[in-house]
Amino acid sequence: MEVIQLQRRHIEHINSLFQEGYLDDQFTQLQQLQDEVNPDFVVEVVSLFFQDSEKLLTDLGRTLEAQPVDFKRVDACVHQLKGSSSSIGAQRVKNVCIPFRVSCEEKNRDGCLRCLRQVEQEFVFIKNKLETLFRVSNISRLSKASRV
Amino acid sequence: MSYLGLLDLDLKLPSWYSRTWRWVLLDFTMNFLIEAEIVEPKAGYLGGSVNSGLKWWGKFTGGCLKSYSHQKTSSSSSSKVGGTWRNKLLILWLIGGLLGSICVFWYLHGQSVGRRREMLASMCDERARMLQDQFNVSLNHVRALAILVSTFHHEKNPSAIDQRTFAEYTERTAFERPLTSGVAYAVKVLHSDRERFERQQGWVIKRMDAQDQAPVPDDEYFTEKQQPSPVQDEYAPVIFAQNTVSHIVSLDMMSGKEDRENVLRARASGKGVLTSPFRLLKSMRLGVVLTFAVYKKHLPSDATPMERIHATEGYLGGAFDVGSLVEKLLQQLSSKQTIIVNVYDTTNASAPISMYGSENPDMVDDSMHHVSNLNFGDPIRNHEMHCRFKHKAPFPYLAITTSVGVLVIAFLVGHIFQAAVNRIAEVEHDYQEMMELKMRAEAADVAKSQFLATVSHEIRTPMNGVLGMLQMLLDTELDVTQQDYAKTAQGSGKALINLINEVLDQAKIESGKLELEAVQFDVRAVLDDILSLFAGKSQDKGIELAVYVSDQVPDILIGDPGRFRQIITNLVGNSVKFTAKGHIFVSLHLVEEVESLMEISTEAAPNILSGPIKNGLINLYNTLSGYPIADKRRSWENFKAFNREGCLSPKTCSQSSFDSINLLITVEDTGVGIPKEAQARVFTPFMQADSSTSRTYGGTGIGLSISKCLVELMNGEIGFVSEPNIGSCFSFTAVFTRGKSASNGFKGYKPNQSDLGIFELKGMRALVVDPRPVRAKVTKYHLERLGLQVEIATDFGQALFTLTNGSRPFEMVLVDKEAWLHGSNVSRLLPRKNGSPHVPKLFLLATSMSPTEISSAKSAGCAETVIVKPLRASMLVASLQRGMGYGSKRNNLSQGLAISSLKSLLQGKKILVVDDNLVNLRVAAGALKKYGASVACASSGKAALLMLKPPHDFNACFMDVQMPEMDGFEATRRIRDMEHELNDKIEHGEALPDANGNVRRWHIPILAMTADVIQATQEACSSSEILLINVNVQNKDSSNQCHNKWLKKAQFWPGGSRIVLALPVQFLNVKLQLYDTNDGGSGLIGNYAGTNSIVQSYFLE
Repeated sequence: MEVIQLQRRHIEHINSLFQEGYLDDQFTQLQQLQDEVNPDFVVEVVSLFFQDSEKLLTDLGRTLEAQPVDFKRVDACVHQLKGSSSSIGAQRVKNVCIPFRVSCEEKNRDGCLRCLRQVEQEFVFIKNKLETLFRVSNISRLSKASRV
Repeated sequence: MSYLGLLDLDLKLPSWYSRTWRWVLLDFTMNFLIEAEIVEPKAGYLGGSVNSGLKWWGKFTGGCLKSYSHQKTSSSSSSKVGGTWRNKLLILWLIGGLLGSICVFWYLHGQSVGRRREMLASMCDERARMLQDQFNVSLNHVRALAILVSTFHHEKNPSAIDQRTFAEYTERTAFERPLTSGVAYAVKVLHSDRERFERQQGWVIKRMDAQDQAPVPDDEYFTEKQQPSPVQDEYAPVIFAQNTVSHIVSLDMMSGKEDRENVLRARASGKGVLTSPFRLLKSMRLGVVLTFAVYKKHLPSDATPMERIHATEGYLGGAFDVGSLVEKLLQQLSSKQTIIVNVYDTTNASAPISMYGSENPDMVDDSMHHVSNLNFGDPIRNHEMHCRFKHKAPFPYLAITTSVGVLVIAFLVGHIFQAAVNRIAEVEHDYQEMMELKMRAEAADVAKSQFLATVSHEIRTPMNGVLGMLQMLLDTELDVTQQDYAKTAQGSGKALINLINEVLDQAKIESGKLELEAVQFDVRAVLDDILSLFAGKSQDKGIELAVYVSDQVPDILIGDPGRFRQIITNLVGNSVKFTAKGHIFVSLHLVEEVESLMEISTEAAPNILSGPIKNGLINLYNTLSGYPIADKRRSWENFKAFNREGCLSPKTCSQSSFDSINLLITVEDTGVGIPKEAQARVFTPFMQADSSTSRTYGGTGIGLSISKCLVELMNGEIGFVSEPNIGSCFSFTAVFTRGKSASNGFKGYKPNQSDLGIFELKGMRALVVDPRPVRAKVTKYHLERLGLQVEIATDFGQALFTLTNGSRPFEMVLVDKEAWLHGSNVSRLLPRKNGSPHVPKLFLLATSMSPTEISSAKSAGCAETVIVKPLRASMLVASLQRGMGYGSKRNNLSQGLAISSLKSLLQGKKILVVDDNLVNLRVAAGALKKYGASVACASSGKAALLMLKPPHDFNACFMDVQMPEMDGFEATRRIRDMEHELNDKIEHGEALPDANGNVRRWHIPILAMTADVIQATQEACSSSEILLINVNVQNKDSSNQCHNKWLKKAQFWPGGSRIVLALPVQFLNVKLQLYDTNDGGSGLIGNYAGTNSIVQSYFLE
């Protein structure tokens, strides 16, 4: 029973993430890439994304603090972030990246900072969500495995 | 109107008057021109040159045109301007009318004055003449008296006349001299003879009294009282006198001043002379004295004055009482009262002496007087008659009334003009209001369409979300009730989406925004899709649903498949909705085909269209289900496509139809039909046959109107024929372009997904047993599409005959349910053939099966081989395969097929993925690994360069376009350079071929990965010979847009005739679409399957 409950929670959790637009289809695709050969594919990719993004965010923060701001560098970072977030289907992070790049093109430092804060917020949020998700799925998988 | 009036006046009036009018007109024109906003110095006009006039006219007309053209935009201001000039014109007209009436008054008054003056002159002249005449009569008589005296007094001795005789004579002849108050005769007496004379006469010559003597009564006046004349040289004492003047006898005429003058002048001239007026003796009235000299002897007419003086004997004088004279004369003339006459002696012009008439009488019209000259026969004396009207001129009523009339007319005309102007202004105002309302209405219409479009779109978006969620919900574990609820919700949602789509279409059509695509499509596949859409419904209702496409219709057409499908779906949907029993039959022919059939035999045409005629055993109608149908020919008989002149001649037709395909699609049903009275508004939006329809059958009534619009967009026509309770038949034509068929001539079914087993069926022989030719033909059509050879038998006897006598055995026998039921005994014939090596498999074709029928079918051994109609390729293939025992293993592949085929493509391939983004790199690698490829990763262009330095063993490379340091294009270029170098070396034998010894040109396929198609430039792609793959395109619409943009740029895959554009490549769900660049990128060759081979060939290169 517990397993079923956990599974249901897992599904509910993922569904809520989809409904609230944190995740998009790409994440489903990612999940489908995961198979017996590659059992931790999603977790791997996502943790890679976390590492990468954290690095990028600190980099962005530092670049934007500096005077004068190197917008090219900012743009490259945001591009990276956008690419990786869209790759894992972190939709809301990706969506914030779009105005971020626009502000960057306009060389609007305030706009960039605002976007950075938003991106950070979204990133923290998705990170929490996904970490919870993985914990749940881990447990459920483990329990499944134990039952087997 | 007013001009005419003016001209009319113009003709009548004298020139000065018309001149005035002309000035008024000119002034008006000037004002008008100025009012028309042509501000030009007035000098230009005054200069009066023709040129400037022309310029004026030009400007005027130009101004008018301009004002007209501007009327729409600034109509209010122009009307205001118009209003002011009209008001000024009106004022001008009124002033003109006033002036005109004054002029009329002047003219008429002047005329009457003139007439009066003339009248006065004529009256005056008449009086003067009469006076003169009468005077002359008297004068002549006095003269005659003189001659009488001369004759009888002086020439007779003794004298025959004495005072008494003279007095009597003169008294008696007084009527002859009406103007004289009296005549007297005085003799010339020299002083020497005075005494003798006095003695002889017995009285003394007396002198006349002074002038100031007061008048005395006649009888008291005595000659004796007169003083004796003083001594003078000569005397002229009166000797004879008329009784009226007998008192002057013995008076010396020479003693009176006037008389003396008179006497002297008379004797010198020998003519009658007149004195100036003076008061006569005794009567003291104003008078003149006429004096004639009496000569001794007859004098010649040219005698000198001296001779006359000497010959003078005496003087005859007559006194004229002018006052009474004129009085009398005027009394004779009746109109005495009308004029007042004054007579003056004007001998002394500076001091005329009044002879008659009062100087200043009251009530005299002094404004006018006339002077007539009077000639009383004395050349020295001048007399004038002055006449005046006694009464003032009558009040000029005529002139006043006329001018007032003119004024009234002018005001009336002005009023009419004003009314007209007001009316015009009102109309203009109304017009503007209307325009405004019209614009508002149009704006409202546009707003409505926009609103509809927006709202529809806005509803669609969340609805898609709802539907998606419902789909996801259905994928979860649900119990039966929940599933039912969710399914119902999903069904309702889909219905809503459909409705919204329809409304959106209608709005789009109304706003003219609907545009048709032009892509290649397979007509038969589209019809199959439609059929499968309605399969469930038709099966539920037990209606036969069938499609037949003439084999003359090309395989691939270019057009808008979505809209084409929409039209047919609408029509079939309606038919399904309104049909309870019978069939729905969709047939597709070329227009030319139908035309030629109609040409051959109009009688046989429907039969030919619906299949070959065979006299079946069933004497029902020769239709799909045996129910009667409406005459479908009537539905298209009005189409222009069939009435084209000369297009039946083969040349023009074949030429025109080489590229353009004119299709005729008919959808016939055996439904309730459309009531006659409702047939006229079938194509009107939101109109249904009657209001109860929507309650009974549902629907909005928008479908047919959309269909009509769509058909018209496809250059076609739509028509229908319907008979209540028999059925309807809708026909439409549509023009498409012939597509390029991959496999020429083969109109077969193309497996686009799973049914590769079709190839196993190819070439088999099948026998269709169906009593109905039309249905048999439909079945045959579907089977032939799958590559089967089909024979038709109408009953089991014929079938058996064909089976036994056929040169080649049949692999399958398809029996229609109807034939099955009718010939159940015959069904036993088939298993009997069990012994023979080729046992044909028996299939049962049925629309619906009741449980008993199923059991009977089971007993016949074909429970597994019931094919449920409607027939369509994919379903038929599956059923046949199942029946024949093939392909059962493939059935679970529907979802995994894409994966499997891609897997087969990528299996064992070594692929390099280059991306600087580690996450992306990982994902891409994971995806490719999923398909069995062995993946190597490079995180930068430089790393890729190292790995791809030939010789290497990679089969392909996926390259990110945007990378720091070295982007995808640069990297690709360098790789190409390296490859070229090596290829050259190999060619020249400088380098060895690769390890395996295979001679090959190094050219690794590089696929560009980017989320942003736009940024990756065409040149960059083409120069690097990189295959562009668009990843992460989420929205299909937007991807289509950018894809179209790309296709317009086209040709970014050089060297080859084909390009590959991937849409959207999400690694798992690869949907590649292949385009042929040879026709500008518009021709879709195929989708997934075709691309596969291209990519395949690419990888295998």
